[in-house]
Amino acid sequence: MSCCAAPLISDKTRDTLSASRIALLEDLKANSKQLVDGRISYLLSAPAIHCGNCITSIEDQVGKLEGITDVRANLTMKRVAVTLDGDSRSLLPVVQALENLGYATQSLTAEEAGGSDPEFRLLVRSLAVSGFAAANIMLLSVPVWNGAEGATKELFHFISALIAIPCVAYGGMPFFRSAIAALRRRRVNMDVPISLGVTLATGMSMYESFIGGGHAYFDAATSLLFFLLIGRVLDHLMRARARAAASNLARLSAKGGFVVGEAGDLTYVALDAINPGMRLRVSAGERFPVDGTIVEGVSDVDRALVTGESDPQRVVEGTGVEAGTLNLTGPVDMLATRPARESFLAEVMQMMAAAEKGRSSYVRIADRMARIYSPVVHILAFTSFTGWMIWTGGDWHQSLTVAVAVLIITCPCALGLAVPVAHVVSAARLFANGILLKDGSALERLAAIEGAAFDKTGTLTTGEPAVASTDIPPGATAAIAKALALRSVHPAARAVAHAIDGVPEPRVSGLHEVPGHGVEGLVDGRRVRLGRRSWVAALMPEQAATDAQGVAFAIEGRGLWFTTLSERVRPGARDMITALRARNIPVTLLSGDGAAQVAAIARDIGISDWQAELKPGDKLAFLTAAAGQGRKMLMVGDGLNDAPALAAAHVSMAPASASDIGRTAADFVLTHESLSSITFAHRVAKATGQVVKQNFALAIIYNVLAVPLAMAGQLNPLLAALAMSSSSIIVVANSLRLHLLRPERAEAHGPEAGRKVKPQPMAKEAIA
Amino acid sequence: MTTLSLLIPIALGLGLLGLGAFLWSLRAGQYEDLDGAAVRILREDDDTPGR
Repeated sequence: MSCCAAPLISDKTRDTLSASRIALLEDLKANSKQLVDGRISYLLSAPAIHCGNCITSIEDQVGKLEGITDVRANLTMKRVAVTLDGDSRSLLPVVQALENLGYATQSLTAEEAGGSDPEFRLLVRSLAVSGFAAANIMLLSVPVWNGAEGATKELFHFISALIAIPCVAYGGMPFFRSAIAALRRRRVNMDVPISLGVTLATGMSMYESFIGGGHAYFDAATSLLFFLLIGRVLDHLMRARARAAASNLARLSAKGGFVVGEAGDLTYVALDAINPGMRLRVSAGERFPVDGTIVEGVSDVDRALVTGESDPQRVVEGTGVEAGTLNLTGPVDMLATRPARESFLAEVMQMMAAAEKGRSSYVRIADRMARIYSPVVHILAFTSFTGWMIWTGGDWHQSLTVAVAVLIITCPCALGLAVPVAHVVSAARLFANGILLKDGSALERLAAIEGAAFDKTGTLTTGEPAVASTDIPPGATAAIAKALALRSVHPAARAVAHAIDGVPEPRVSGLHEVPGHGVEGLVDGRRVRLGRRSWVAALMPEQAATDAQGVAFAIEGRGLWFTTLSERVRPGARDMITALRARNIPVTLLSGDGAAQVAAIARDIGISDWQAELKPGDKLAFLTAAAGQGRKMLMVGDGLNDAPALAAAHVSMAPASASDIGRTAADFVLTHESLSSITFAHRVAKATGQVVKQNFALAIIYNVLAVPLAMAGQLNPLLAALAMSSSSIIVVANSLRLHLLRPERAEAHGPEAGRKVKPQPMAKEAIA
Repeated sequence: MTTLSLLIPIALGLGLLGLGAFLWSLRAGQYEDLDGAAVRILREDDDTPGR
């Protein structure tokens, strides 16, 4: 799971009335289904489900709760379906039980919860029908090939026709529809020759069976559909799986907020219903739901997802805040200035929509092939027709038969499988290594990149600071510091808590957070403070001379200690940059942060080309300029400020911890913390491109061998069936080679490996 | 010929039976959780698939 989202959720579990909890319950309720017998069924997403024991513990523990009639965990989709015995029951105990077991839950939007989408069901049904037809017609064709004659042959042809006609009409629908849509736009895709081949083969075979002679190609038509539908189903399956996995990731945007009423009472209001002028209360650990101005309270705000700036900013009365930023230390009241649909977020969305238009000009390799292939095939068929007309002196029937035979044999069965099968195998390899692929064409685009641009905060770094050095002595002093640090959700406090081993000192009393400053408490009658330097140093005025940066910690009358923080670079970042450079891909760092911080990180991981203090529009301009020069860029970023750039880049990636919009805009989502998966993805994309080209070559070789036979009028159904099946099998077998791709040692970072790199070892050094 | 008139309907009937069974299993949600089905078989308690 993402590094940033997980601790937030567990922090929130303490606060049962948090806005996110209420939003979750409201959302689940909105998407629940009432069964016929009055029971209510809910669908929850629980991304942490990963093994058989998860199923057992969830079903046993949740099943024990009162009012639960049915609970079923789905390991594939990482979801839990719960049925309650009536409307009056609350889902809250279920959510709590799941969280106690370690499964944070999220709601699913209506379309995600809708289960299997109708398009996929239609494809699978078509596949089943055409599989049935292909098998049975093949069964009837074998005796004909073996020399069945007269009435038997006619009977077999007749039965084949009866099976084939409804099957082609039903199973061919996806292809016919796509072909018609393409022709309407005055384009050709692979579905045009496919539709033409299948309909002509069926039509001609019907005519031949009717007049009682010649060859029937019912078997070719149906098995062609069967093979092609396999490709379609696989393609759809791949995209559906990536979509489901992406939608299971934690959502970071707020879904509503607490409105402060006249009498000071709080009511929960959904995001769409928040209007300008409303006074909202945002507690520590929540995200601001809309743009607004602080009217009461002091706090620190993490704006990293919006601006890319990693240091939290202090907000006081009158400071403006953007929707999606995170309130860290104290509860504040804000006055909404703009409705949700006009927020900063919405502006970014518009910029993205404009950027995406530029990319839509990309043509998939299969369609590029179709542009050459279809005219060639149709010219060949036409040439054979006219050739035979001249040769036979105007024999319509003979000439037409040959022309149709050419179209049947060139029907791009292997071509239709060449791309989807290769993409599906690669997507499965990537999925196993923590990379979600949203669209097959992204692999083609990734293979072609000539440069890469990276965001800094949250992408190259984890977006959370880590302790670089500290002079807090280990033992009792460190235990007190840990107790203070655990009180706050401020990233700096979390870094300190993470860096100190051992248990927090239990004697610390009166712990409270002073928003905008830090945490304060009492030990043995002495005040202790952890936080902003100037505020902490007030406890030890005689020692405050040092000009150290970062977090300070003081025990009244005992001492003052300093801890410096630095951004934690993601594991594998340096290796990834080196590997990309070895492949002749120059790397640029684009950041919204200050120049000094960017330069430090760039030096640390070995990037010489960097730009700092960029606004979302600047990043977008950089990528559109690159596109204008014909440079194909990979963009890797996570924040809202990267979203337009992600949409404009030739191909884009986002870590799983990215903002919703960032993940939506990206073609790939990286679920592991390590960045080395980027190099693996690039290698897989290159290999996939190779295999796709080989597949095209194999399919074309088969055509080159078979077409002359068809043009010479020597084609028979047995030959057609053999050639078609064997070429499909060869293409599939070639694509399966991609399954052998493994990440190299440097690229291998499972979730465990990624976790080990977290700064425990560093903490020991720091303390010692 | 008589054997054929008997055998062909039988062959087609069996094929249709298989097709029907597949479409039923699709609708009954048998393919909703393939990974889960693989581990459920190892559970010790009596577990009847629910809808």
